[in-house]
This record gives sequence, C-alpha cells and structure tokens, in this order.
Amino acid sequence: MNEQTADALPPSKGLFQERWAILKRNRMAYASFWFLIALFALAIMGKVLTQNIVIFDPKIVRLSEKFLPPLTPYTSKITAKEDAPVMGVYLLGTDELGRDVFARMMEGSFVSLTVGFVAVGISLTVGIFFGGLAGFYGRVKLGFITVDTLIMRFVDIMLCFPSFFLILTVVALLPPSIYNIMIVIGLTSWMGIARFVRAEFLSLRDQDFVVAAKSQAIPAWRIIFIHMVPNAIAPVLVSATIGVATAILTESSLSFLGFGVQPPDATWGNILADGKTFLFDAPWLTFIPGFTILFVVLAFNLCGEGLREAFNPKLRTTP
Amino acid sequence: MINFIIRNIWQRVVLLVFISIISHSVIHLAPGEPALVDPSNPRMKAEDIQRIRAAYHLDEPLHIQYIFWVRDLFTGELKSFKDNQPVLRKIWDRFLNSLPLFIVSMMIIWFLAFPVGIKAALNRNSIFDRVSTFLSYALISIPGFFLAYLLIIFMVKTFDVPVIGMRTFGLEDAPLLLKSMDRVWHLTLPAMISAVGGMAVLSRYVRSQMLEVIHQDYMRTARAKGLSEDQVIYRHGLRNALLPFITMFGLTIPGLIGGSVIFETIFAWPGMGRLGFEAILARDFPVILTLTFFSAILVLLGTLISDILYGVADPRIKF
Repeated sequence: MNEQTADALPPSKGLFQERWAILKRNRMAYASFWFLIALFALAIMGKVLTQNIVIFDPKIVRLSEKFLPPLTPYTSKITAKEDAPVMGVYLLGTDELGRDVFARMMEGSFVSLTVGFVAVGISLTVGIFFGGLAGFYGRVKLGFITVDTLIMRFVDIMLCFPSFFLILTVVALLPPSIYNIMIVIGLTSWMGIARFVRAEFLSLRDQDFVVAAKSQAIPAWRIIFIHMVPNAIAPVLVSATIGVATAILTESSLSFLGFGVQPPDATWGNILADGKTFLFDAPWLTFIPGFTILFVVLAFNLCGEGLREAFNPKLRTTP
Repeated sequence: MINFIIRNIWQRVVLLVFISIISHSVIHLAPGEPALVDPSNPRMKAEDIQRIRAAYHLDEPLHIQYIFWVRDLFTGELKSFKDNQPVLRKIWDRFLNSLPLFIVSMMIIWFLAFPVGIKAALNRNSIFDRVSTFLSYALISIPGFFLAYLLIIFMVKTFDVPVIGMRTFGLEDAPLLLKSMDRVWHLTLPAMISAVGGMAVLSRYVRSQMLEVIHQDYMRTARAKGLSEDQVIYRHGLRNALLPFITMFGLTIPGLIGGSVIFETIFAWPGMGRLGFEAILARDFPVILTLTFFSAILVLLGTLISDILYGVADPRIKF
C-alpha cells in the first residue's frame, strides 16, 4: 500500500527460510546438519564402492594380514596382488580375518543408516496412521467405546512393555534377518509419534480450513493426508531425527547380545560387538566403530534438538 | 480422591489383563519352541519332544494355555521350563540382586542431575551450561556397552579393584569390613554406568524446567519483595520446577527390569534383566511371560503413584 510501511517490515520469508535461519544460529546443530549430509554422501558412496563398483571389497579375507594397526602399508608377499587394499595402505587396519576395516566401515555406514531410517519410517507410518485415526475419528463410537479410547488404550498397553526386552524377545524368537530387526524396532517405537499426531489433530480438526474442506465434501482420506498431515508433520519429523539415533543405538545393543544384523552384512554395531573380543590386542577394532557410533548418534541428537528448537516457537530464546 | 484411586486401579487391572493376553500370544505365536532349542542334540528323540510338549501343555490351544498360565501363576505353582524351579522364587531372588544396583544408580542420577541442571539453567549460555549440554548429549549418544568397556579398563588399571560380578569369589569368610568394601567396589561401576543415561536426560529436563520457571511472574514478585537470591531460586523457583519430576520418579520404577539387560550381562550381575535374557535364550516361556507381566505391573504402579503424588503435591490439581 504505502511504501513506508513496506520498507519498515522485513522482507517476508517462507516458513522454511525462517526456520533455517534459526537453525543456523545454533552452531552445534548447524555443524551436525552438514556432518550428517556428508555422512549420507559417504554411506551412498560406500554402498556403491563396496557392492556395485568394487573398489573397497569388505569381504576379502587375508589370513596372513590379521590385526594390522591403522595406516599399515601393504607389503605382504603372500597375499595376492588383486587382494591388495586401495592405495596400498590399510587406512583403518584389518580385523581378525584380515578384512579391511575401512571397507567394512564403508559398507556398514549404509546398512546402519538403512536400519535407522527404515525402522523410523515404519514407526512414522504406524504412528501417523493410528494417531491420525484417533485424532480424526476420535468421536466415532464403536459399540460402547470411542475410537479414540480404543486406540489410546492400545498405545498405553504398548507403552507398558519394557521396550528393549520386548525387542529382544521377538528378535531372538524370529529367524535372524536384517528386515526383522528393522520391523521390530519400528513396531515398538511408534507410540510417542501416535500420541504426538493425535494431539496435533485434536487441535487441527476444528480449525477453519478443515471445516471448509469438510463442507466441500472432500473425502476424508484427502482431508487427513493432504490437508491435516502436512500441518502436523513438522514436530513429528523432528522427533523422528532423534528416533534414527535411538534405532542405531538399539541395533548396536542387539549386536552386542548377538541378535543384531548377522554377518556377512556389516553394521557399525556388529563390527563393534565383534571387535570387543580383541580389545587388548587390536583396540582399533573397538574404538573406530565405537567412536563412529558416538559421533553419528551425537550429530543426530544435536541436529534433532536444533530442529526442535527452530520449529517450536516456545523454546526459542531470541525473537 | 478415593474414587479417583479406585477408578484408576480398576482401569489398570483391565489393562493388565490385555497386556498379559497380548504378551502370551506374541510369545506363543512366534516361531521357536522350548522343545526345539537344541535340535542337534542326538539324545532328544521324537517321543521325548512329544513328552515335553505334553508336560508343558504345549499341545493345548492357546487360550487353554493362557488359563493354565494364569492358574499356575496365582497359585504359585508356575515352574520354569528350564530347571523346574518355581518361577516366583527365581524372580524374587533376582529381584533382591537387582534392587541395590537400582537404588544406588537412582541415587546417583537424582543427586547429580539436579545440581547440574539447576546450575546450567541459572548460568544460561555460560561455559558450564554449554559443556554440560554437550556432555549430556554425548553420554546419551554413546553405546552403553562401549562406555562400559572403556570404564572397566580404566577402573581396573587405575584402582586395581574387582568390578565383575556381585562379589569376589572366596571372600565368604573374610571380615565384615573387607567383605562390605568388596561389595561396594563391585556395585560402583555397574551403578555408575546404568546411571549415565538417566543422568544426562534428567539434567536436561531439570534445566529446561528451571528455565521455564525463572521467567514466571511470581519470581519477579519474589525479587521485588526483596528476598535474597537464594530464597528466590530455591524456595520459589525450585519448588515449582520440581513438580514434573514427581511424574518422572514414578516412571523410573520399571527401569528395574528393562534397562538392565546389557549392563547386567557385561558385569555378570545376576539380576532380573539377565534372568530375562537367559530365559529368552532358553525359550523359557513361563519366566519370560511372568517377567513381562511384572514389568507391566511396575509401569502401571509407577504411573499410579505419580498420579497420586501429583495430586498431593500440586494444590492446583483436583480429582
């Protein structure tokens, strides 16, 4: 309208631009964010270079080259030439079978992150489904109880199981496979998300845009998924970031007990769990995966916390 | 008040029934049977397996098995599949072992988390705040067993004390002082390690609670009245910030079983978590089921206690 007020106002920014600026101010979270981006790149590279174009082969067993410390140059006369590590040096040493730890860690990055993301994806799907159902159809009666009561009581029941114990029971009873682990971790961690989504839906379902959508006879699934879920998703995705970290930790704990991802698939968790036997002879087998898990999970936690702060106006410190 | 408690207990009993039914079906429907634990054992003939199945009612339909389990549990007749010991006795023995570990680690958590959290909140953005924030995230992110191994090596090398197990073998006739010191040394490390995660989480909670309270109007009023800073912080601030922790306290009770599997395995501590783990390995269904049942009781008891305490402590809450 008049130019003066237009000048006085800061240029309008989109939601994500604004949040991004807030995230940037939190230096630890910002650094973790880029660390994670680099890690994803590394994991994809690891997948490609260990499976598709084999440059680092994690499966080569060189029994004459056991327990070499990191940065040992390749000098062996016994091992065949084509089994030599890239650039002629074992960057992170070798393990009890003479396998290149660097190649195994590269392969493990992809598997560990996949376990984390798929588990969280499953818990997100289930959580949004049940939370959305309870929030949207909460008032519908099924016989003598409402949908809301039914679902939330079920959530209460699930919360009563000691989660690690439950995961352990199911994983130990099922045949060991990487898919079972992802599914079980996912199916035992959706309750928080369901509660979250339900709370968001309860406040959204009487707002004008939802009422308007209903008045136009838009089908319910469209209202839920196109209109309401995008409005409720931001805080859920933030807690999902932390969920990935938890899933990676859970997988490593399962590996420690021998129920994690089984060989020949390498994950950070099972490299660490296998390495602990040789803690005194080959400390790098414990320390490399241990600190990798520590840093990655830390980055997920810090990044998630930074995002939560950026997306929750109540937690923000400065305007 | 009485009505509230009775209604709550009634609801929880109903939940408990559903929990026991669900856990019963999960365990019995999952593949793997007690009779098949040792399939390669040549001494197990087909008729032996048949006899075992009949003895444990494994041939009955699921709901009949459930009724058998409930009947045996409440008459105290429930026997472990593995060694035919009464399940309740076994769990009670292990419970007595887990209890000191739990109490000591709870004490460490609560006595350390509060000062750290309060100090971090009062000196917001100071060096102490930043360091404690970073440290608590790091402690949440480190795989528990990795940290345990590092600390075991550190303790044994520096102090030369025994850390594995509950007591040193062969010290039964030692003088009381020596014996109790031995017990204390054995208790220290496991308790510390199990406390680490809880401490990190709780100190973050204390910090954010204090931050919320510090900016309330009544704090400004208290300062304006001319009260000393200590009185403002501890009499007016802390008492209000403490309220949510009553809930937290109730919720920590189930940690007795669930959180301890890994640490009890590392430290060879004969507690409930390890009992559960061993039972899972042996497909010892009665022990697994009863442990799950008890931990569900602990969860429900914890939430009940915290609900009641909350009402007692906060006059704003009416039943």
